[in-house]
Amino acid sequence: MTNTLLNCGYVPLVDCAPLVIANELGFAAEQGLQLNLVRQPSWSALRDMLALGHLDAAQMLSPMPVAMSIGLGGLPAQIDTLMVLSVNGTVFGVSNALASQIGHIAFSDARALLKAIALHKGQRLRVGVPFHHSMHRLLLSYWTSAEPGLTVEEVTVPPPRMADAVGEGVVDAFWVGEPWGSVAVRRGVAQLMMTGRDVWQFAPEKVLAARHIWVEENGDITRKLMRAVFQASRWLDAKKNKPLAIEILGRSEHLSLSPDLIDPAVTGHIVPKLDDHPVEVDRFLQFHTNAASFPWRSQAAWIAHQLGADAKGLRQAKACFRSDLYRQNLAGIGADMPGASEKVEGSLRVETAVASSRGHMILAPDAFFDGRTFDYTSENG
Amino acid sequence: MSLNLRILVVEADQARVRDIVDALNAAGWSDVKALAQISALDRTVKEFAPDIVLIDLANPDRDTLEHISYATETEKRAVALFVDHTDENLTKAALNAGVSAYVVDGLTMNRIKPVLETAIARFKIMHQMRSELDAAKQALEDRKTIDRAKGILMRQRGLAEDAAYNLLRKAAMDQGRKVIDVAQALVTAADLLS
Repeated sequence: MTNTLLNCGYVPLVDCAPLVIANELGFAAEQGLQLNLVRQPSWSALRDMLALGHLDAAQMLSPMPVAMSIGLGGLPAQIDTLMVLSVNGTVFGVSNALASQIGHIAFSDARALLKAIALHKGQRLRVGVPFHHSMHRLLLSYWTSAEPGLTVEEVTVPPPRMADAVGEGVVDAFWVGEPWGSVAVRRGVAQLMMTGRDVWQFAPEKVLAARHIWVEENGDITRKLMRAVFQASRWLDAKKNKPLAIEILGRSEHLSLSPDLIDPAVTGHIVPKLDDHPVEVDRFLQFHTNAASFPWRSQAAWIAHQLGADAKGLRQAKACFRSDLYRQNLAGIGADMPGASEKVEGSLRVETAVASSRGHMILAPDAFFDGRTFDYTSENG
Repeated sequence: MSLNLRILVVEADQARVRDIVDALNAAGWSDVKALAQISALDRTVKEFAPDIVLIDLANPDRDTLEHISYATETEKRAVALFVDHTDENLTKAALNAGVSAYVVDGLTMNRIKPVLETAIARFKIMHQMRSELDAAKQALEDRKTIDRAKGILMRQRGLAEDAAYNLLRKAAMDQGRKVIDVAQALVTAADLLS
């Protein structure tokens, strides 16, 4: 019997790992699928190809399906988030010039960093981000809005060119996914100051997305795809598998990145500055543990709120994060299901045990840097 | 006057830019500007205020262009993505040809369509030329590999050139593979053993 071939779009970043592993380790084949991984030159191109049906499924920045489903951006379409592919995994760095202006600030201190930047660059801070509808940009504006005097100019830069942009002085700082932050450090053009976690401790970063109509018409294939990716994510987050994961990803033609560039993201050992010792960042990039792959409807609501959506938009956003399908399709293969599909985002400061189907779910901290919480039910009136 | 449109072409390759601009000029649009440097995009969009921006679908700078379209909030010059569902056939044709376009909000379809059709036709030819060139390069590479494999067989087995080629072809037929694949395997093995 031949496997069903699925065209699956991705952008070559470390966090596309679940898709690569699903194929390489046979999780897809076990489900009778073969993923034809189609590399995309830009997020806009990936979005167009998915919306117009040239791709069956795709890795997307978590705000993309939300933005499209509520009709923002160039190409409105009903796009569903089947599951979260990765949580966290981004870094914020500054140019050498800005680093020397602001002086020494401990790694991960989001508040002190913001104050220092506002003091020295209050007039105009140019920050490189990969895409307009990205978690990077949403975290950047959430964080910097705490300093109303600071004027931020967002500049979209394709991630592989981020190091050049900061080296050439096109931007003063950047927010980017790995490996491109580490690349900038190695080139000696920038210094990493914090990770995305320091602004939101549990931010959905990439998601597995498909057209709503395709999902409706291909229920069986959707289930198989979700199961394959779920198993790949579970494999990736097992500590003993990390060295092998780095080797497989490093060899993969889909990434074209050397293992030493994949290592920091997968192990969480981030080198902030050339010749510095690595900082060990707990939960730098998560695929599976703490229900990382569960598409919380409250995450979608937070994204929609940041995008300026109204009550109707919030409802549409919540509906496109398919926690219903997650429950329906993954219950049979050992996924622990949380009792609710929404939570008050930002309310967990420590690891917290919660009610779940198998009774051993521990959620990771999800606090925001400013201690605020987001309860979509109150936003929703 | 339907041909009075400002068109910006974003493309780093000079020969390709000339091709598109010439084609648009020839079809009657005179106000066409080409841009190679994405760093100047922001300023160019503001100053030139294009009605339509054309860019290769595979160009990584598309995300930057798109961002500028969000950031440009003056109501007249809001550049919006064209590739939508208003004309599915045209959209499909554009996608297949590898061109994406951004147009000012509110431009009517009958003004945009001819520009797009001209660009699509041009992009198609360019893509075809590129794939023909790639195919020619590949054929040349393949011939080199097959020649090396023949050489190995001639030396190791004392065969004449014809006989060496026939042996390769027979091995390929027996295994249901292509001659080039068998030749490649032989060359790789010989490299490993030498």
